Amino acid sequence: MADKRIDKADFHKLLEKLAAEHEVFAPVRDGASMVWSRVSPEQEIEFEFTNTDSSPKGYLFPQTERLMRFKNDSSDPQGMIMEEEPGISGKQLLLNIRPCDAKAFSILDHIFERDERTMDVYWKDKRDNTVLVGLACKDPCPTCFCTSVECGPHSEEGLDVLLVDLGDRLLVRPLTDTGKSLTADLDQAEPGDTEEAAKQKDAAEAAITQGITMENIRARNVLEEYEHPCFDRIFESCINCGTCTFYCPTCHCFDIQDETQEDLGKRIRVWDTCMSWLFTQHTSGHNPRGGKKDRVRQRFMHKFKYMPDKFGVIGCVGCGRCTSKCPVNIDVRSVVNSMDEQIGE
Amino acid sequence: MNEITQEMRAAAKRLLEEGRVDCVIGYTKGTVPMREQPYFAYTPQEAENLVWTGFCVNNLANFLIGRSGRNAVIAQGCVSRNIAGLIKENQVNRDDVYIIGLHSPGMLDSGKIEAEFPDRVITEVEEDGEEIVVRGRDFEERLERKKYKRNNCYTCTHRNAVLYDEFLGEQGPQTGGGDIDKVAAPWERLDPEQRWAQFEAEFKDCIRCYACRNVCPLCYCDVCFVDENNPQWCGKGQEEPDIFTFHIIRAFHCAGRCTDCGACESACPVGIKMRYLTSKLEKDIRQLYDYQPGLDLETPTPLAVYSSNDPDVAK
Repeated sequence: MADKRIDKADFHKLLEKLAAEHEVFAPVRDGASMVWSRVSPEQEIEFEFTNTDSSPKGYLFPQTERLMRFKNDSSDPQGMIMEEEPGISGKQLLLNIRPCDAKAFSILDHIFERDERTMDVYWKDKRDNTVLVGLACKDPCPTCFCTSVECGPHSEEGLDVLLVDLGDRLLVRPLTDTGKSLTADLDQAEPGDTEEAAKQKDAAEAAITQGITMENIRARNVLEEYEHPCFDRIFESCINCGTCTFYCPTCHCFDIQDETQEDLGKRIRVWDTCMSWLFTQHTSGHNPRGGKKDRVRQRFMHKFKYMPDKFGVIGCVGCGRCTSKCPVNIDVRSVVNSMDEQIGE
Repeated sequence: MNEITQEMRAAAKRLLEEGRVDCVIGYTKGTVPMREQPYFAYTPQEAENLVWTGFCVNNLANFLIGRSGRNAVIAQGCVSRNIAGLIKENQVNRDDVYIIGLHSPGMLDSGKIEAEFPDRVITEVEEDGEEIVVRGRDFEERLERKKYKRNNCYTCTHRNAVLYDEFLGEQGPQTGGGDIDKVAAPWERLDPEQRWAQFEAEFKDCIRCYACRNVCPLCYCDVCFVDENNPQWCGKGQEEPDIFTFHIIRAFHCAGRCTDCGACESACPVGIKMRYLTSKLEKDIRQLYDYQPGLDLETPTPLAVYSSNDPDVAK
C-alpha cells in the first residue's frame, strides 16, 4: 500500500475521523511520565516521547477483568447461574502505540487465539475490535533491544497504520485494509518522505547498541538449557516482586477468583505473576517452583526457550520495561546473554 | 572510583581470603543509569565487583533472611538498624553475620533526577563529590547532589552504622538535617475525611506488584496476609478497598520496626510514597514508647511486649 502523509497542523482532522468510529486512546503526559489515556478529537496529541511507562496490554487484557456474574443464592432458581459478560461495546483505537507494544499483541495471539478449541473469547472480542495506529521510535531508550528480538523501532507487525514523525508532518503508512480505509482521504507521500522515514529507521536501529544473542539457547534441548549454571547466580538479587511481569507487554499469566459480596458474586481474572511462590502452589502443599531460583528461571525460560520452541516466536519484544523498572536491576539482556553462553567453559 | 568502594573491596577480599565469611553482600555496578544491583561476592576476585554509590537504594538486611552460611553485609545506619531488628526478632543469628558498617552519604532519588530531564534520554549518571553529572546522547549537565537525595535521607537520624564488626571510612554527620517528626505533621493537621482523600490519591495507582513488601526487611512472613487464601483476607483485583487494605495493614505490621530506610519508595515502580503511612506510625512509637527501632539488641520492640505502663493500657 502506498505511503501517505499529513501535516501535523492538520492532524486533528484525521483524529476527528478516527474518533467518529472509535474510542481513541493515546499516550499523554502525566507529570514526568507518559500514560495511556482516552483522548478527545480536539486534544493536542504527543509525538515527542520515548514510550509509555506501562504497556497498553490492559486494553486487551485488563489487570482485573470480570468474566461472569452470578447471584450467590442457591435457594433462588436464578441463583448460582453464571451470567456471561457482554463484550466490548464499540471499536477502540490505540493511537501512537509503539511498534514493540503492537508486536506484543501478535505474540499474545499465539496464547489467546491458539486454536478454536481454546480460543480466549475475552481477548478475541477486544482484539477484533481494536485498531492499532503505531508511531515509529525515533529515540530508543538505553534499555531498548527490539532489534535483536525480531522486532524494531519501525516494526510493522500487528499494526494497521504506521506513523513516522518527520518534524512538521507525518508519514502515514497503511498496513491493512482497515488502515487503508482510515487513511483514504490523505495525500500521497512525496518520494522524499518515504526516503526520510527509511533514513530515520536506520538511525533508530543504529542507536540500539546492546542486544541479545540466542543461538545456543535455540540449539540446546530444553533440559540442557534448564540446567544452565547461569541460573545459579541470576536469581540472587531478585526479590520476587511482580514488577517485571506487570510491566511486560507479553506476560499474560492470570489467576481466576470468585468474589462475593452479600448475594452478588462475580468471577474475575487478574494478572498473576510467576515471580510469586503462590503462583504454582498446589492444594496438596507441594510447590513445583518452591524456590526463588526456580521462579526466576521460569520467567526467562518461558520467553526465550519455551515460547520459541513451541510457537516459533520469542516471548519478548525488547521494550526494556522490565529492566528499567526492576528494583534490583535484573537486566533481561544480561540474563539472556548468560543463558546463551557456552556451558562448561 | 570513590575511596569507600576501594576500602569495601579490600575488606571483602580480606574476609573472603581469610575464610571469615562465605559471602559478602553488597552492590555491584548496575546496567542502567541510577540503579546498582545487590551483589553476592563469594570469592576474592568477585569482591572486585563491589561498588558504593548514591544509587545503592535497596536494604541489604533483606537478603540475610533465611540465608545460610556466614555472610558479611554492607550496612549504613538504617540497614544496620534493620539487621539489629532481625537479630532481635530471631530471623538472623548475630554470630552468622559480619556487619561492615559505614556512613551513608544520603542516597539519591532517580525519579527526582529524571524529572529534571523530561523527554530526554539519560544514558549515564555519576557522582562527582557534591555534584551529580548527568549525561545523555546529546547533553551533559551537573546537578547539586544535596537537592536530589531521597526524602527519607533528609530526615535520617542515624547515618552511621549503629551495629558493626568493622567500620569503613570515617564516621560522618549523624543526621540528615531535617526534622523527622515534621514528616508526619501534614497528616496530623488534616481531619479524617481529608486524610482519607489524600491517602486515596496517593495509593490508588498501586499495581500490586508488592515490590514495596518484597524489598522490605520487615516483611518476612512465611505467608503474607494478602497471599493467604484460606481464608482469603484480601481480594486480588484492582478494587480500591483491596489495594488500600494491603497498604494499611502492611504499614501497621511495620509499626515500631521501620527504620525509614526508604527502600519501599525507591522500589515502587509507580512512585507511591509509603512513608505517608510509616512516618506517622513511627512518630507515635517515638512519642508513646520513647523507642526507635534497631538501636540496640536488648530493648524489646514495644508492640511485641506487654507492660502495665503501656500508654494505651486502659486506666
